[in-house]
Amino acid sequence: MKALDIAAQVASKERSAREVLDETFAAIDARDTEIHAFLSLQHDRAYATAASIDERIARGEPVGPLAGVPLGLKDNLCQRGETTGCASKILEGWRPPYSATAVTKIEDAGVVIVGKTNMDEFAMGSSTENSAYGPTRNPHDTSRVPGGSSGGSAASVAASMVPLALGTDTGGSIRQPAALCGVVGVKPTYGLVSRYGMIAFASSLDQIGPFANDVADAAALLEVLSGHDPMDSTSLDQPPVSLLAQLDAGVAGMKVGLCSELLAGATEEVASAVRLAGATLEAAGAEIIEVSIPELALGLSAYYLIAPAEASSNLARYDGVRYGVRVDADDVTAMNTATRTAGFGDEVKRRIMLGTYALSAGYYDAYYGQAQRVRTLIISAFARAYEKVDVLLGATTPTTAFPIGDKVGDPMAMYQSDICTIPTNLAGHPALSVPFANDASNLPIGIQLLGPALSEQKLFQAARVVEEGATK
Amino acid sequence: MSETPAPLSEADVRHVAKLARLSLNDEEVARFTEQLRTVLGHAADVESLDLEGIEPTNHPLEIVNVLRADVVAPSLDRTEVLAQAPSVVDDRFSVPKIVGDAP
Repeated sequence: MKALDIAAQVASKERSAREVLDETFAAIDARDTEIHAFLSLQHDRAYATAASIDERIARGEPVGPLAGVPLGLKDNLCQRGETTGCASKILEGWRPPYSATAVTKIEDAGVVIVGKTNMDEFAMGSSTENSAYGPTRNPHDTSRVPGGSSGGSAASVAASMVPLALGTDTGGSIRQPAALCGVVGVKPTYGLVSRYGMIAFASSLDQIGPFANDVADAAALLEVLSGHDPMDSTSLDQPPVSLLAQLDAGVAGMKVGLCSELLAGATEEVASAVRLAGATLEAAGAEIIEVSIPELALGLSAYYLIAPAEASSNLARYDGVRYGVRVDADDVTAMNTATRTAGFGDEVKRRIMLGTYALSAGYYDAYYGQAQRVRTLIISAFARAYEKVDVLLGATTPTTAFPIGDKVGDPMAMYQSDICTIPTNLAGHPALSVPFANDASNLPIGIQLLGPALSEQKLFQAARVVEEGATK
Repeated sequence: MSETPAPLSEADVRHVAKLARLSLNDEEVARFTEQLRTVLGHAADVESLDLEGIEPTNHPLEIVNVLRADVVAPSLDRTEVLAQAPSVVDDRFSVPKIVGDAP
């Protein structure tokens, strides 16, 4: 069920928000024991929201553009009074005293939040296996991962439990699970969506974005999310984006760069899907230009120095003092250490230590300093490419969904699944993943469209054309 | 080009764990050392580049000192904030002993 269709039905009294919610919770009851997309559900709050929407409609009062549409909220987005724990033991049971701006905005638009979705702990991972509460399963094949870190959000939409979900993308954590689960996922331009109330992982890379069944629904949700927020000093001084009005404007005359580095390591099936998506855009009037941006190959290493460095600083706040759990000890340092040792999982510990090392005396220049200079190289290289093309086309992820357990013992192999998504975050640019085909095992293949800062409108127009030509 | 650092050792891992307030057993030290060495080995492509003269980027936006209007606005509810803390005494966060006993 499409979000915009639900909103239209609710607004026209064809169905009540309450009936929509009944169906949503019934679908979650039927499917989520197996999938495990949700960490918690919020029946009472959701039904109260639905009732207030139905009452307003009955009284003839205006409601928001997504009134009555159910949504799954990633567990790292603060919602006042509802458990928000980043799928980590260290924040178990924490109820934020405030809501993220993104949460307030969607609630103002009439969205009905039904629960918090599973994720890799503190958004560190590419499979949702790093959740302290057990993995989410891919709805297309429950022996496989849904991707990560926003795997619960992607799976909740893919399994038709909710029509919309919110995720966060630091190195691909929206686009990669969207690709592996066969849904649309968008990483907006850095600063387009406020990060206030998003629990920080790597602050110069993190961005909130939508999951949806189709491009139009994703556009509708991003319109609501976007816009300046005085509570986030990195929020762009921009009005909300307008996407739906131009969604079907097409790609005639658009220059699309087929980027060879964004096919590196891709399986033949994934690469051929990307080329076919290029042919689809060409048939709709776009000009396809082969481009090479060799600097993108350096993105993976730069990211796995920069993101852990920022994380080691951001996660210093989990010290057992102000929120979350505490493991008692005789003095404060021993208490901090006992709390963090018991509260964090292995991947979080790895990244904190990696970041601490990359920032430490004697290694700062060789690792963090070098990675920051590579970030400059990547930004410059993208800028040169965007002098020649409007958008870039590539794979979202090199493979389709891999089996649960396949990469947990080999962090570097896991990190490789972010190779095509990371450069966008380093540059602060927008990109999205659109489901386009299935592989021989009937697993979804997503293609990725990338553009320069604030090119969302063009990306969505191109995505709409790709979606129309999808062979899945 | 910066000087190539020595490979990560188990002593390095014990040191950063201490800095990051994490306690590791011997098995964890061995495992994390091997895994982090692999990641840092991959980073040799970045670490070995000659990037003399390239300015580092620490943030995608060129913004400095963003200030809001200096007007009074409600802040977080103290009761609600303290209700989430592991230990509270007299409206304050409470922690175990920080300094030693007086001699």
